[in-house]
Amino acid sequence: MSNMFVLFKPLNVIVTGVGGQGNVLASQVLAAAAIEAGYRVSVGETFGASQRGGSVMSHVRISRDRTCGPLIPKGGAHLIVGFEPLETLRILMDYGNPETVVVMNDRPNYPIGCLLGEEKYPEPDLIIKAINKLVVKIHVLPATDLAREAGNAMAANMVLTGALSGCSLLPFDSRFFTGVIDTLFSGDVRALNMKAFEKGRETVQG
Amino acid sequence: MSIFGVGLDQPGRSVLLTGNEAVARGAIEAGVAFAACYPGSPTAEVLPTLAQLGEKFNIYTEFSTNEKVAIEAAAAASFAGLRSLTICKVDGFNVALDFATAISLSGNKGGMVIMVGDDPNAHSSIKEEDCRFLARTASLPLLEPATVMEAKEITKFAFELSEKIMLPVVVRCTTRICHASGDVKLGELPTAEKKASLTRDQKFVTTPLFSQFMKSKIKNAADMAECSPFNYYTGPENAEKIVIACGPSYNYALEAVEILGLKDSVGVLKISTTWPLPENLILRYLKSAREVVFVEEIDSFLEDGVMTLAAKYWDEVGKVKFYGKNSGHVASPKGPFAGELDPDVVTGCLGKIFNAHYESPGLPNIKEARDLLNNNLPGRELALCAGCPHRASYWAIKTAVELDGRNAIVLGDIGCYSLGLVRTGYSLLQSVHCMGAGIGIASGLGKLDRFQFKQPVIAVLGDSTFYHAAPQALINARYNQSSMLCIILDNETTAMTGHQPHPGRGISATGQPLGKVEIEAILAGMGIPVTVHDPYDVEGTTEVVYKILQETGPRALVLRRACALMAVKGRKKNRVYVDQDKCIGDDCGCARFCSRVFACPANIWDAQRGRASIDEAVCNGCGVCASLCPQQAIVVERTV
Repeated sequence: MSNMFVLFKPLNVIVTGVGGQGNVLASQVLAAAAIEAGYRVSVGETFGASQRGGSVMSHVRISRDRTCGPLIPKGGAHLIVGFEPLETLRILMDYGNPETVVVMNDRPNYPIGCLLGEEKYPEPDLIIKAINKLVVKIHVLPATDLAREAGNAMAANMVLTGALSGCSLLPFDSRFFTGVIDTLFSGDVRALNMKAFEKGRETVQG
Repeated sequence: MSIFGVGLDQPGRSVLLTGNEAVARGAIEAGVAFAACYPGSPTAEVLPTLAQLGEKFNIYTEFSTNEKVAIEAAAAASFAGLRSLTICKVDGFNVALDFATAISLSGNKGGMVIMVGDDPNAHSSIKEEDCRFLARTASLPLLEPATVMEAKEITKFAFELSEKIMLPVVVRCTTRICHASGDVKLGELPTAEKKASLTRDQKFVTTPLFSQFMKSKIKNAADMAECSPFNYYTGPENAEKIVIACGPSYNYALEAVEILGLKDSVGVLKISTTWPLPENLILRYLKSAREVVFVEEIDSFLEDGVMTLAAKYWDEVGKVKFYGKNSGHVASPKGPFAGELDPDVVTGCLGKIFNAHYESPGLPNIKEARDLLNNNLPGRELALCAGCPHRASYWAIKTAVELDGRNAIVLGDIGCYSLGLVRTGYSLLQSVHCMGAGIGIASGLGKLDRFQFKQPVIAVLGDSTFYHAAPQALINARYNQSSMLCIILDNETTAMTGHQPHPGRGISATGQPLGKVEIEAILAGMGIPVTVHDPYDVEGTTEVVYKILQETGPRALVLRRACALMAVKGRKKNRVYVDQDKCIGDDCGCARFCSRVFACPANIWDAQRGRASIDEAVCNGCGVCASLCPQQAIVVERTV
């Protein structure tokens, strides 16, 4: 990781998935936590029209002292958080380098071409094997199942947010995340998201 | 996405804002009193942000029926001495342009800002267009921020500039500003009272006689741009190689220069006052430069401006080589005048121009990984959401057109339903141009019968588009008795840009009830016969479409059903599942109708069991697939 830090001074995180999975919210929680911890942050979102089903990726760049552009150069990601196996691999191939750390949900979301039977979604185990060939560190977790255990499958985004906070790559600790979640939500939703966040965090650290 | 309030009264604190929220905050800090817009991506979130804070900061906000009305309403507030804001995407600025070119002659009073969203790479648009040419045509000064923080500062300044020179000021934000977010340092909130005043002796008229006066205002803006804090230079003194950049491209250029190790030889001049240009400032750097590269998005506006300047002062500037869009040296993978820039593209371009080499740290085992998957990485095309009423409507229209058998022409429009161009909408649509164009084209095609054109003509459009742009074309079709069927896909909201209300919803930008403006009443007033049906009743809808297709003259059909995403918000969804005993899989002969043919993203195929299945995390519970399954194997457990 050290080389990359020298080359691209900010810490570069990519959160990727499919529209509607809540990945944009995850990147916003990360960015807000970084600002609370005293860092400068630039986030670039890439999505089309707000219809669901398309690829969505957020670039989060965290810097001590400067405002970065909103996009990470190819090969420059330190951490990739994938909400879906196929998208994770796709983004890793463009933005990864051998030292990139990958955090990934194991649950596929099928593109329309696969639903129509024209294309075949690769076996998720094979995707994991491919990722293992590319990078040293990958955390695969059943984020959707963990979210369901926490109370709602839709909270998978907070499970993954917890996981990214727990993989010891960030220069600030998890209380900045919980502080943001605390401000952002109230009542039952807050309790659900906190629980989901902790589950993700424990799984990665476990 | 407002995480830590746009409305916080904590000057000096840094908070995370999107570019759109930063513009809203800049307007609030400037004391904006009136904001009007028709929502368009990438700028759609500005007005809802202001609407949420309207009570707190005494701001009137409205969703206007279209951008021309919005700019006129905002001008009214400015004439009455209030600070006003209108927001649109560049396509909307086209709609507003007639008024924009007139107000530069009459001038304004209270500071008036027009925020325009340009969309390089057309992430959420059907075309790429550069609003800077429009601002120049309208003789309105234009500023463009390079970062989210600057979006706030520049918006705030734009109000002051507008009042000083008595012209509305355009703030150009590209998608990479609007939809980006970053840390923004909050400024002081205003305390001055907002009071509207317009006396009988104040006049706002346009006459060609004022052209010279207008030009002198632009000259004032250019003079002020000379010492603008938003223009600056980073790099060695008297550099022979310089990059001139604006917008987010500035940061790409800085990063590229750094990656290429050119910091000691290449300077980067950032310009935010793109029109009118600060001539003396630019000349200062041009004089020492021998090679100049332009890094900007969509069109060569800055490039053309600086090259004109160099021609004007050729004796001072001397021999300079220019690289940019016109020379083809600065180009996205789609070409110099298409697509968007990013740090890799700019690094590649600058590397070639300045003969510096850089290779990004790739993945050594990438071939092995690809081989493992047989190089199979299926792409992901856009799809209508699970439960989208447009899918049901399109299926019914497609079926009716096939039953009719006369090769009906189906024209499209701008909205989620533009996806009718591609597979998720059964590739039903044949044209998409701009809002309302489908009806205008239909009204033309509907008059070609004397030239042996006998096919039925259908124009589909959404409810929000109906209010925005349909009435003029429909009146035309009715007046000229054009034979066409207008189908309004009414999902009761402006769905594509994020569910903003419109006249048919009958609620204001702040959620106050206002009473609906009914589509049926408008059509009835025009004398166009109208039928209303629920598209979730697919069979009934097919019959209705078929029946109306057999009629002639101008006619309309409203297919009304709330957007599936809006309908399930905060409610428990119906549970829809496949009865695994009733589904007989590939023995059915339906060709996996639910997943392959109807192709709702929630209908998936369970390969292990060889049976259809439903992805409960994706399904929105509409139950339309249940009504179409030939085995009636899909069960809907209704909760509502």
